[in-house]
Amino acid sequence: MTTIQNLEQIATQVRRDVIRMTADALSGHPGGSLGCADFLTALYFEILQHKPERFTIDGRGQDMFFLSNGHISPIWYSVLARSGYFPVNELSTFRKLGSRLQGHPTNASGLSGVRVASGSLGQGLSVACGAALAKKINGDPHLVYSLHGDGELQEGQIWEAAMFAASKKIDNLISTVDWNNQQIDGTVDSVISLGNLAAKWESFGWTVLHMQGNDMADVLRELGKAKSMTGKAKPVIILMKTEMGQGVDFMQGTNAWHGKVTNSEQTKRALRQLEETLGDY
Amino acid sequence: MTKKYIPTGNKDTRSGFGAGLLEAGKLNSNIMGLCADLTDSVKMGDFAKAFPDRFIQCGISEMNMIGVAAGLALSGKIPVASTFAMFATGHVYDQIRQSVAYSNHNVKICASHAGITLGEDGATHQIMEDIGLMKMLPNMVVINPCDYNQTKAATMAVMEYVGPVYLRFGRPVVPVFTPDDQVFKIGTAIKMIEGSDVSIFVTGHLVWEALQAAEKLETEGIHIEVINIHTIKPLDVVAILKSVVKTRAVVTAEEHMRNGGLGDSIAQLLALEQLAPIEMVAVDDKFGESGKPKELMDVYGLNAENIIAATKRVLKRKNK
Repeated sequence: MTTIQNLEQIATQVRRDVIRMTADALSGHPGGSLGCADFLTALYFEILQHKPERFTIDGRGQDMFFLSNGHISPIWYSVLARSGYFPVNELSTFRKLGSRLQGHPTNASGLSGVRVASGSLGQGLSVACGAALAKKINGDPHLVYSLHGDGELQEGQIWEAAMFAASKKIDNLISTVDWNNQQIDGTVDSVISLGNLAAKWESFGWTVLHMQGNDMADVLRELGKAKSMTGKAKPVIILMKTEMGQGVDFMQGTNAWHGKVTNSEQTKRALRQLEETLGDY
Repeated sequence: MTKKYIPTGNKDTRSGFGAGLLEAGKLNSNIMGLCADLTDSVKMGDFAKAFPDRFIQCGISEMNMIGVAAGLALSGKIPVASTFAMFATGHVYDQIRQSVAYSNHNVKICASHAGITLGEDGATHQIMEDIGLMKMLPNMVVINPCDYNQTKAATMAVMEYVGPVYLRFGRPVVPVFTPDDQVFKIGTAIKMIEGSDVSIFVTGHLVWEALQAAEKLETEGIHIEVINIHTIKPLDVVAILKSVVKTRAVVTAEEHMRNGGLGDSIAQLLALEQLAPIEMVAVDDKFGESGKPKELMDVYGLNAENIIAATKRVLKRKNK
C-alpha cells in the first residue's frame, strides 16, 4: 500500500469517528470536521515530527500544532487518539459529563495533545506565534503549525497576529486556512467576504501556498513545499480549499451540517459511505 | 499610640514595577517582557534596554500580545505582558479568559495606569472595573500593591509564582512608606496598624489615605485597624475574619468601582462567615473624567476624609 492509500484509509476511519461521536453526543460540529479530515490525517500521520507517547505542553524537541477553530474538535480528537495520544475508546466520551473531550478543546482537562483552549475564534494564531518565537529563542529547530477556519479570519486578532508574525520574521510557522467558504449564516462570501485572500496574506508579508485539501496527494505535496519554505524570514500560510462535509454525499458543500448532527437514519447512511478501515472505537 | 509611617520619598508605583522587572529579569532568563507601544509609560524601558532579546514590542495589538504571551508561557517562558490597565483587561478579556486563565498558563499581566489616578486622559482610559473582571476568572491571582517598594517586591514575587497573575499599579507619584527590603507574600495581608474599633481593609493607593485617616481618628480616640489587602484574590480570609471578630465593624477602601472590587469580596466573605456592618469607600457606578489625580481622588471621594466619614458611619451602626 502506498503512503497516500494508507493515509486515505485512516482519513476514512477518522471521518467515521466524527459521525459516530457527534451522533452519539447529539451535538458537535461534523461539517468542518469532515472537510479537514484529510489535512489533519496527513499532518499527524506523515508530516509532524512528534512523539505522541511523550507529549509535553512545552513541545520541546517536537513539532507543535494549534487548532484555532476549536469547534472541529471531533476530527482533532479522533486523529489525536488514532495517532497514539490517548486511548481510542475515550472518543466515546466526547461532550459528555466528566470527559476530557470537551465540546471545544482544552488543556484544562489534561488531554494529551492539547496545549491551550480554543473555541472562541481568532486566538490560535497569536498563541502559535508565541510558541514559534519560544522555539527560535530556545534554538529548537522544530516547526509550529496552526489551523484556522475561513470564517475565523473575520476576527481582527487574526490580522494583528498576521502583522506580528511577518514583522518578527517568524519563519518556523506554517498556518493553514480551511477555505470551505462556509460559515453558520451562509457562505463566507455572503456574510463578510474575505476579498482577495491570497493578496491579503501576501501583502501582510507571508509566503502563500495553495492546497486542495481533500486531495491527499496534493495535501502531502503542499505540506512538503511549506516545510521547504520555512527558515526564509517569512511565515507560511496555506490556503486550503476544502468542501465542508467532504466524504458523506448528503453533507457535502453546504453549511447545514456546521453545527448539526446526523439522526440515527442519517448516521447509518453516512457510515455506509465510510469504510471501517481501522476498527471503530 | 498608632504606629506612624514616615514616607522615605515619593514615587510612582509603575516605577516599582519597572525596577522589580529589571531585577527579576537578571535573576531569571526565562522572563520576557511584552509591551504594546507604551514601553516607557509602563516603565518597561530599562528591562528592554538590558535584555533586548527578551523584549517583544507587540505594537498596538493587545489581543495578539495576550495570545503571544500564552504561547510563550506554554513553551516554558515567563511572559510579562504590560500596557495600561484598560487595555490589559477590558480590551482583551476573552483572550485572557480562554488562552490564559482557562488554559492556566503562566502569563503575568502587569497593568499600569489603573484607576481614576490615570488623570487627565479621562474616562476612556480610567478603568475602575479591572479588579472585578480579573477576580471573576478562575485560576487568576489579583494583586494591587500600595507603593513603589511594595510594587517592586510584588513584581519579583509574581515571577516566582507559577500561574496567571494580574498585577495592577498606577501612574501618580505617591508616598513611599513600606520597607525597601520587604518580602512580598502573595495572599498574605499586612496589618499596617493595630486597632480595636473598626477594621479598615484597603488596597492600592488608598492604603496611604487609610494611614492618614488612622492618625486623625486616633486623636479623636477612635482606634482603627488598617489592613493592607494587596492580594485581592486569593483573599487572606484568616487575617480578615480574625480582625472582624475583634472589631465587629468594617470599612473597605479602594480606587475601583464598588461593584466587583475589594469591598465586594469582603462583603461576600462577611455575609457568609461573620456578619458585621460594612461601609465602602469606592467609586459608585460612575465613569471618571479628566483632572489631576489628587483632584479626582477628592471629587470621587477616594481619600482619608471619606475613610474617616465611613468609619464614623460604621461605628454608629455597630453601636446601635
